[in-house]
Amino acid sequence: MANRIPRVPVREQDPRVRARNFDEVCYGYNEEEAFLEATRCLHCRNPRCVAACPVNLQIPDFIAKLTEKDVRGAAEVIARDSSLPAVCGRVCPQETQCEGSCVLGVKGEAVAIGKLERFVADWSREHGTSSENAAKAAPNGKKVAIVGSGPAGLACACDLAKLGYDVTIFEALHKPGGVLVYGIPEFRLPKEKVLAREIEDVRKLGVKIETNVIVGRTVTVDQLFDEKGFSAVFVGTGAGTPKFMGIPGENLCGVFSANEFLTRNNLMNAYRKDYLTPIHVGRRTCVVGGGNVAMDAARTALRLGSEVHIVYRRTEAELPARREEVHHAAEEGIVFNMLTNPVEVLGDENGWVRGLRCIRMELGEPDESGRRRPVPVEGSEFEIDADTVIMALGTSSNPLIPDTTDGLETTKRGCLVADENGATTRPGVFAGGDAVTGAATVILAMGAGRTAAKAIDEYLKKK
Amino acid sequence: MYRILTKEMLTPTICRMKVEAPLIAAAARPGQFLMVRADEKGERVPLTISDYDAGEGSVTIVTQEIGVSTEEIVAFEAGQSFCDVTGPLGMPSEFTEMPADSLAARRYIFIAGGVGTAPVYPQAKWLHSRGVPVDVIIGAKTADLLIYRQEMAAVCDNLFFCTDDGSEGFHGMVTALLEKLVREDGRSYTQAVAIGPMVMMKFTTLTARKLALPITVSLNTLMVDGTGMCGACRVTVGGRTRFACVEGPEFDGYEVDFDEAMRRQGQFRKEEKEEMEEHECKIGRDK
Repeated sequence: MANRIPRVPVREQDPRVRARNFDEVCYGYNEEEAFLEATRCLHCRNPRCVAACPVNLQIPDFIAKLTEKDVRGAAEVIARDSSLPAVCGRVCPQETQCEGSCVLGVKGEAVAIGKLERFVADWSREHGTSSENAAKAAPNGKKVAIVGSGPAGLACACDLAKLGYDVTIFEALHKPGGVLVYGIPEFRLPKEKVLAREIEDVRKLGVKIETNVIVGRTVTVDQLFDEKGFSAVFVGTGAGTPKFMGIPGENLCGVFSANEFLTRNNLMNAYRKDYLTPIHVGRRTCVVGGGNVAMDAARTALRLGSEVHIVYRRTEAELPARREEVHHAAEEGIVFNMLTNPVEVLGDENGWVRGLRCIRMELGEPDESGRRRPVPVEGSEFEIDADTVIMALGTSSNPLIPDTTDGLETTKRGCLVADENGATTRPGVFAGGDAVTGAATVILAMGAGRTAAKAIDEYLKKK
Repeated sequence: MYRILTKEMLTPTICRMKVEAPLIAAAARPGQFLMVRADEKGERVPLTISDYDAGEGSVTIVTQEIGVSTEEIVAFEAGQSFCDVTGPLGMPSEFTEMPADSLAARRYIFIAGGVGTAPVYPQAKWLHSRGVPVDVIIGAKTADLLIYRQEMAAVCDNLFFCTDDGSEGFHGMVTALLEKLVREDGRSYTQAVAIGPMVMMKFTTLTARKLALPITVSLNTLMVDGTGMCGACRVTVGGRTRFACVEGPEFDGYEVDFDEAMRRQGQFRKEEKEEMEEHECKIGRDK
C-alpha cells in the first residue's frame, strides 16, 4: 500500500544567493528523501505516467526498485528507454507529462517522478555505474549518420548503437549537446558535472561524435551516402534560427537574440572571467517573450548583474514557460510586465538601445493555439527604459540541410516534412525533433529520435 | 587535427598560416570563411579562407592582431594545433555559381584594403584561372603594410598599389585610385568587389555608385557560432535584416546599411577593452 504522506519537498539554493551565481538552483533528493518519495507511488495497474512520457520510461518499475533501495536496479530500468536521465530529470516539463497524468495529482500532489529520475541518474553517475546499464547487440556493420548532437540525435544514436549499428554523430559546433549546451544555462543543467558525463555515456555505447562538421557545408547529405558509406541519415538539427519581431530599432546595439545571449554565456562560458568571449548586460534588461528560453535569458542577465524585466503580451496564465521556471524567476526578483507588447526599440544618439516603446494588450477571443489572443489597447502606448533588450520570441528551423539536399520537402514554416515514424520525403533520410516540429521540448525531441531509430532499423533490415 | 603547417608574418601584425583541415579544404569555395577557436577558453573567431588545397588537405588563413583573441591565434607556432576549426561557412562568391558564358562577358576590379587583401586572393585566382579579366587594387597605410604583392600579381591582369602616405604606388585612398582608373585611364569593369575595413567598403561603395559600377562587399560582422543561430551578424541589406554568416558574407554594396553595420561591429568594444587590459595585466605578472 502506498504511503499517504505529502510529496517530499526538494531542497533548493536560497533565491537571494542563487541570483548572484551560476550554480545549480535545485539540489535534488538525497537517498533518504528519494526512498521516502518512492513510497508514494500507487503502482497503478495501467500507469498513465508511462503513456504520457514521450520515451515511455517504465516509471512504476524504476520507482519499485527505489522502494527496495535498489538504485542500480532503477538505473537499469531507466537506461532501457532513456539515454539522458540526468538531463530529463532536470529539464522535462513533468507537470504536463508524467506527473501531469499521475493519479495522485487528481486530489493531491503527483509523485515527484522527475526528481526521482534525477536522483537515480545522479546516484549512478556518482557511483560510476551509469555506462554499464545498457544492453547492446553485436555489430551489424551498417553505418548510420546522425546530424546534430542535441537530444533528438543523441537519443536516436543510442538506440541504433544498442541495435548494433555503427553510428556517427556530426555536430556543427565545437561541443556536443546542441541546445543542452548552448541554450540551457548552467544553473538548470550543469555542463561538466551532468551533461558532459551523460554524453560520455553515449560515446561508451560506441557512438562516434565528430564536432566541427557542418552537414550542408563541410559535407553534404549526398556525400554521406555516396562517399562516406552511410546507409541512412537522421537529421536532428533542431530549430536554431532566432526570430525577431520585425519592429523598428531591432538592430540597435544592445539588442540581442536570446540565442546569442545564451550561446555567449553557455557554450562560450562568457560568465567566467577566464574565457575570452564577451557578453554585455546593462543596468536594466528587458527580455521579450514568455517561454523557457525567455526565463533562461532573464535569469542569466540577472546573474550577470542586471535588473531584469520580462515583457510578455499575454498574462501569467498563458506563459509558455514551465511553472517551476516562472516561479524560480519570480523568486529571484525578475519583474514581470504582462499584457505588454513592444512596438519599437528606442535608441540613443550613438545607436544604442535606451528603451522599448510598448502598447498595453488585453485578451480577446481564443486563437488556434487555444490561448486567448492578445489585442492592443488603442492609445495605450508607453515607454520602458532599458539598456539591454533580449528577444526571446522562439526559433525556426535552419534551412541549411533542405537547401543543400535534393528531395527533402519542407513545410511553409521551413520545417522538414516527416511522417509519424520520422521518414522524410527522401528514402533513407529520417528526421525528428525541433527540425520537424519547430521549437518544442528536449523530451519530445528524444521521443522523436527513438521513433526514428526504430524506423531506421526497419528500413535497413528490409534493404 | 587543425595542425599549423606553416606560419609567416606578412607585416609585424599580420600573420599567414596554413592549417591542416582536410574536410574544409575539400569543400571550400572563394568567398567563404571559417571559425577558429585557438584553445579551450578562446572565442570563435571568423576568418576568411585565403586559400585552400584539397590535395594537401590544408586551408590558409590570414589574421591581423586587433584584440586578445586574434593575438592568441597569431601567438601559435607551426607544429602546434588549434583546438577547433570549423567551416567552410557562408555562401561562396556569386561568380562561382555563374554559367561560363555569362562569366566570359565580365571584367572584375577588386579593391583590397589591408588584411582584406587575403580573401581577395582566392577570388582573383578563381576568376583568372578561368580567363576572366581581373584587375586588383591593394591599399594600405604605407608600403610596409602591403601584403600579397607577388601572389596577387600572379593571379590578375593588372595590379595597382595604393598607399595613404604615397610610399608606394598611388598616393591616396583606394576610392581615388578606382575613380582615376575608370574616369582618367578609361578602364572599364562590369563588377567591383571590395574587401577591407567596413569604412573603406562604405566609401568604395559610394565611389562605385558614382561610377555606376555594381559592387559586392564582404562584411566582417561580429559572429558567435557562424552557422545562423545567434544573429549577432545581422545587417540591414535593402531594408531587410539579413544574417551575414549564412546569407552572406557577400552582399550588394549599394544595399548595405554601413553606418548600422559599423556601429554593430563595435558593440563589445568596452568589454573587449577590459579583456585587453586584464590580458596585459596578466602578461605583466608573468614577467
